[in-house]
Amino acid sequence: MIKFYAYKNLQTSEGKLPMDVSFQLKKGDFLSIYGHSGAGKTTILRILAGLTGSEKSLIEIENEMWDNSNKKIHLSVQKRAIGFVFQDFALFPNLTVKENLTFALQKGDNKAIVDELLELMEIQGLQNSKPQNLSGGQKQRIALARAIVRKPKILLLDEPLSALDDEMRFKLQDYILKIHRYYQLTTILVSHHLPEIFKLSDQVIVLEKGKIKKQGTPSSIFSAEKISSKFKLTGEIIAIEKSDVVYIVSVLSGNNIVKVIATSEEIKDLKIGAKVMVASKAFNPIIQKIS
Amino acid sequence: MIDFGPLWLTAELALITTVILLVISIPLCYWLAYSKFKFKAAAEAIVSLPLVLPPSVLGFYLLVAFSPENAFGKFLEQYFDVRLVFTFEGLIISSVLYSLPFMVHPIQAGLKNLPVSLKEAAFTLGKSKFTTLTKILLPNIKSSVLTGIVLSFAHTIGEFGVVLMVGGSIPNETKVVSIAIYDEVTAMNYHTANVYAGILFCFSFLILLVVYIVNNSFSNTNPLNK
Repeated sequence: MIKFYAYKNLQTSEGKLPMDVSFQLKKGDFLSIYGHSGAGKTTILRILAGLTGSEKSLIEIENEMWDNSNKKIHLSVQKRAIGFVFQDFALFPNLTVKENLTFALQKGDNKAIVDELLELMEIQGLQNSKPQNLSGGQKQRIALARAIVRKPKILLLDEPLSALDDEMRFKLQDYILKIHRYYQLTTILVSHHLPEIFKLSDQVIVLEKGKIKKQGTPSSIFSAEKISSKFKLTGEIIAIEKSDVVYIVSVLSGNNIVKVIATSEEIKDLKIGAKVMVASKAFNPIIQKIS
Repeated sequence: MIDFGPLWLTAELALITTVILLVISIPLCYWLAYSKFKFKAAAEAIVSLPLVLPPSVLGFYLLVAFSPENAFGKFLEQYFDVRLVFTFEGLIISSVLYSLPFMVHPIQAGLKNLPVSLKEAAFTLGKSKFTTLTKILLPNIKSSVLTGIVLSFAHTIGEFGVVLMVGGSIPNETKVVSIAIYDEVTAMNYHTANVYAGILFCFSFLILLVVYIVNNSFSNTNPLNK
């Protein structure tokens, strides 16, 4: 069981913003934190990791107290069994891929986990390269592997896929899931990419201006309850064109653009850039194998 | 016959000064680069002071402080039996203070230019500040450390005002090359002065040349410049 509570005054471009967040997780959960930039998503991860302080806090991980501002308990970053994947990967440029991983070993750790991770993430072939010569996707896998070497109790991912293109994103999501399940981790992902959240997580927190606005499963949060659909996808509106009496709305979902017809009544709430769900009730989709 | 004493003394002074500076500057730079201490700006100003102060001013204050007539000098002499005025030890301490910014600035800038996430990543992997500094941070700012070492070494060789004030011109104790040149000129021995000056000139040029060559090759391989 993981308990998290923190209160902190955030300094944002719009002035001071009090962040007040508390949530609980079960071991093995995959939680995504969703919200606009500046809502405090990354700060939650950093407080959990001990990289950032807070005014009031209570963090308990599997009966181990990491933070308790009332009892003046504050475990240092080094003593928290976490795996942290940074947005910029933070691979050590002076070390090779393998050395990056072995650096993460603690005294007395079995070195076998390094080879196991190299194999699991399919980066054995790169083990003697320096990270700066590798692609974004490769760097990401190394950063992920390095974060696991320590066998963390909790894996923290700070928008790890934001710098990658969609195809690479898709592949890496699979790696994240693989690692999460294989090592039975409790994982917290900061993301503002809806498809990613749907695919990976079983819990979502929607953060708005430092407060939790909604919490639940991805589909319960992002889908309007009135629709009971058989088929649905989420995406972002990239164009709205008028055609005779109706409008054609282009929705980008993953790599595909879907065109949907909408009436002028429906169009009222929609604008370019809005996150939407496209659903169809009575309809029989055709499924075909493509590879 | 040219007396090589001042040359050896200068080299010895520069070497000892550089080693001491390296040892104290690395933790100092770590603190200056990462601390959120309220009065850090004051500390930075003090470190940089020797850059703008006339060497004679710094030398004068050190002379006053080291003098056995005054409290600090008296204290050193009474409890440690150390005298810093007109001695080699006094020169070392003055040189360390005088060349401090030349070691601190490059290393501090190097650390500041590294992404903070490197340090934080090492912390999240359970590594202490010391391990992070020696295994991750310093190896990634090799060229800054080298620049600091060479600049402090060269700057110590080129000292004149501070050395003259604190050390005077005692052969084989405080008479370094720059002082020797001055002495020879005042004694009208232009030839000797010329030899000393020539050696100093060539040496300074060579040392800077090596720094630039090495640093260019570092920056060509430095991942952070890509």
